[in-house]
Amino acid sequence: MKRSSWTDYQKDIADDNYYYARSCIRQNFFPGSEKVFLDILSKDLGRDIYDDPLHTSCTGIGYHSDVVPLETIMTVVARQFALMSEAGYENFTSSCITSFGIYTELLATWEEFPELEERTRENLFKATGREFKVPKNLAHTSDVMFHHREEIARKAKRKLVNVYTGEPLKVVEHIGCHYAKIFPKKGIGGSEFPYVLAGMVESWGGEIVDYPERRHCCGFGFRNYLVQANRGYSIANSQRKLESMAPYKPDFIVCNCPGCSMFLDKWQYTLAEMEGTTYGQNGAGIPVLTYEEMAGLVLGYDPWELGMQMHQVDVEPLLDKMGVEYDPSAKYLGGDGKYIGRPESAIVNSCSQEVLYKMKK
Amino acid sequence: MGYHTIVIGGGVAGMQCASELLRQGVAVTILEKESELGGKIRNWHKLFPTFTPAEEVLAELRSRLISSPNLAVRTGCEAAKIASDRVVLTSGEVLECDSVVVATGFTLFDAKVKEEYGYGIYDNVITSADLERMFNEGAVRLKSGVTPRRIAILHCVGSRDEKVCQRHCSKVCCVTGVKQAMELKRMFPGADIFNFYMDIRMFGPGYEEMYREAQVDYNVHFVRGRISEVSPTIDCRLQIKAEDTLTGRPLKMAVDMLVLLVGMKSNALNENLVAECGLKAQPSGFMQPRDSFLHNVESNREGIFYAGAVTAPKNVGESMNEGTAAARAVVEWLAKR
Repeated sequence: MKRSSWTDYQKDIADDNYYYARSCIRQNFFPGSEKVFLDILSKDLGRDIYDDPLHTSCTGIGYHSDVVPLETIMTVVARQFALMSEAGYENFTSSCITSFGIYTELLATWEEFPELEERTRENLFKATGREFKVPKNLAHTSDVMFHHREEIARKAKRKLVNVYTGEPLKVVEHIGCHYAKIFPKKGIGGSEFPYVLAGMVESWGGEIVDYPERRHCCGFGFRNYLVQANRGYSIANSQRKLESMAPYKPDFIVCNCPGCSMFLDKWQYTLAEMEGTTYGQNGAGIPVLTYEEMAGLVLGYDPWELGMQMHQVDVEPLLDKMGVEYDPSAKYLGGDGKYIGRPESAIVNSCSQEVLYKMKK
Repeated sequence: MGYHTIVIGGGVAGMQCASELLRQGVAVTILEKESELGGKIRNWHKLFPTFTPAEEVLAELRSRLISSPNLAVRTGCEAAKIASDRVVLTSGEVLECDSVVVATGFTLFDAKVKEEYGYGIYDNVITSADLERMFNEGAVRLKSGVTPRRIAILHCVGSRDEKVCQRHCSKVCCVTGVKQAMELKRMFPGADIFNFYMDIRMFGPGYEEMYREAQVDYNVHFVRGRISEVSPTIDCRLQIKAEDTLTGRPLKMAVDMLVLLVGMKSNALNENLVAECGLKAQPSGFMQPRDSFLHNVESNREGIFYAGAVTAPKNVGESMNEGTAAARAVVEWLAKR
C-alpha cells in the first residue's frame, strides 16, 4: 500500500521526560505490556518516565457508557494533570486509547470553551485543593514507541522476519477507534491510513497486510460488549474482521488499544469453541500482540517476561517463526517461580474438537 | 474603438469573451497560466448531453480567435494584482488596459482529501478527470491492463460535503456521472456500472432524458447512497461499503474500478483577488458578482468583469454564454466612460 499520506498527519511527540498514565484493564489481560514499556523507555532507551501510583482511571469507559457525566470526567482528568504538574512533568503519555481519546477530547473542549476549563479548575480545587497545568505534550504510548522506533531498530536483537524463509512477517495492524477516528490530526497518519503501528512494523522488518475490513471495529465498541444482550453483536464484528484478514495468512495481529487486543484474542477462543472455526495457520488462531510485546520481542525480551503466556491464542508458533528462544516449561511459572496454573487445551490452539467436546461433557 | 481589455483565463469562457470583444473592435490580451488555451475541457473527451467531442468546441473557439490581429495571447503567466486599468503579473510585469475580465474558472477538488476513498493509494480508484483522459487515450484499463467488468461511479466527491468545507453543489457532476456511465457501457457492453448518488440533479435540457436513457437502454444501475469507505480485496479488486438509503440497508460490494466524480472548487486564485484586489467572494469561495440578476457578470469594482465558473459551478454552455454577456457588458461600460 502506498501509505505516503501518513506524512500529512504529523504530531509533536516529546523525546524524553514522560508522565505515564496506566490503563484500567491492560494489567489483567496483557500484564507484561505496561511493565515492558517502562523498561524499554528507561533501560533500553535511557529515557525518564514516571509511573505514578497516585493516578486513577480516567473514567472513560463510564463516560462512553453514559454513567459518568462530562463534568465529573473533566475533574478526574484535571486531577491527573495536576498530579503530572506536581511530579514536575509536562509530557503526558497514556497507555490506554480510550484515555488518550478522552484527554484529547477534553483538551480540545477546553480550547473551544475556556469557561468549561475554568469551571473544571474550580471543581478540582474545591474537591482536592489541587491546581493543574495542561500538558505541554500529549501522546499515546504507541506514539512514543513510534517516535523511538528507529532507535529500537538499531538495538534490535531480532527482526520481524520468518527465520525459515527469510521473508518479512505479515502483520495485521489494528488501531483503536479512539486513537484518531475522533481527532484525525492527533494520530500519526490520520484516521483512514494510520501509520503509528505500521511504522513500527516496517522499521522492524515486517510487512503490513491491508485487507477489506481493516478499518472495522474490533468488536468491543463499549456498549456492544458492556450491555450483555449486545455481546452477540460484539463477537459478530470480531468474526467479520477475522474472516476478512484470514485469507492473507497473517503471522500475527498487533494492536494499540487495550480492548482491541483483548477482544481479537479472546473472541478467537470463543469463536473456535462455538463454531470450530480458527483463522490462523495449521488450524490454530492468529496470535494477537500488543505493540509493547512486539517491541519487547524485537529487543530480545523473554516472551514469558512479557506476559505472553496470558494470551488466549498461543504465541509459540510466532516465536518459532521469529527464532525466539524460550523455555516451554517456564511458560506457566510466575515471576516468583511458582506455578500459576495452566489453561485447558482449546480448539483455537489446535486441540482436536473431539477432545474438547468430550471434555465439555 | 481603440480600447484594450485583458481577459484573465483562456478557458471556454475567456475564449468566448475574447472572440466577442474582438468582434466588437476591442483589442484583447488573454493571459493563460497553462501552455495553451482551452482550459479544463482541453482534457475532456465528450460533452453532455449531446456527446459532442470537446475538441470540436475548442477547435471552433480557436478558429474564432486565430485570425485576429488585435489579439495577444500570453501563455504561462499569471496575474498577481488586478485593477480596471492594469494587471500586474506574478513576474512583476505591468500590463495596461481599459478593463479586465476575470475568467479564471474553478479548481478540481483534490480527491486525495477524501482519504476514505483511497485515491492515490489504490491503483484503480480514479477521478472523473482521469477517466476523461483514458477516454481520450482510447483505452480504459485497470492498472493490470485488464478490462474492468464492474465499475462504481461515486457522485458528490468534494461537493455538498461539510466535512471538506465544500457545501455547494457542483451542479455538473450528476450529469457527468450519467454521461461517463453511458460511455463506459458503450465501451464495455457487458460491464456492470453502478452510480452512487445523493440526489440526481438533472437541471439542463436533455439531461433528464439522458438519465432515463442510461437506465432503460444502457442498464446503468443507480443506488441512492454515498460510499463510506474503500478497501482492497485479496484479488486486487476494491471493496466498497455504502448504505442504500432507499432500502435502508448497508451494502458491500467488490468492484474493479471506482470513479470519483470530483467537484468544482473555487479557484485558489480567488483568495488573492479578495486580499489584493478589493474584490468580493461568496462563502463558497467563488467570486461574488455585483448582483445575481441584473449585473451577474460584473464585479463590485468598476471595470472588472466576470465570466464563467469563477463565480459558480457552470457547464460549458453556460460558461460560454457568460463569456458573451461579459464582453457586451465590457463594451457598454467602455462606451459610457
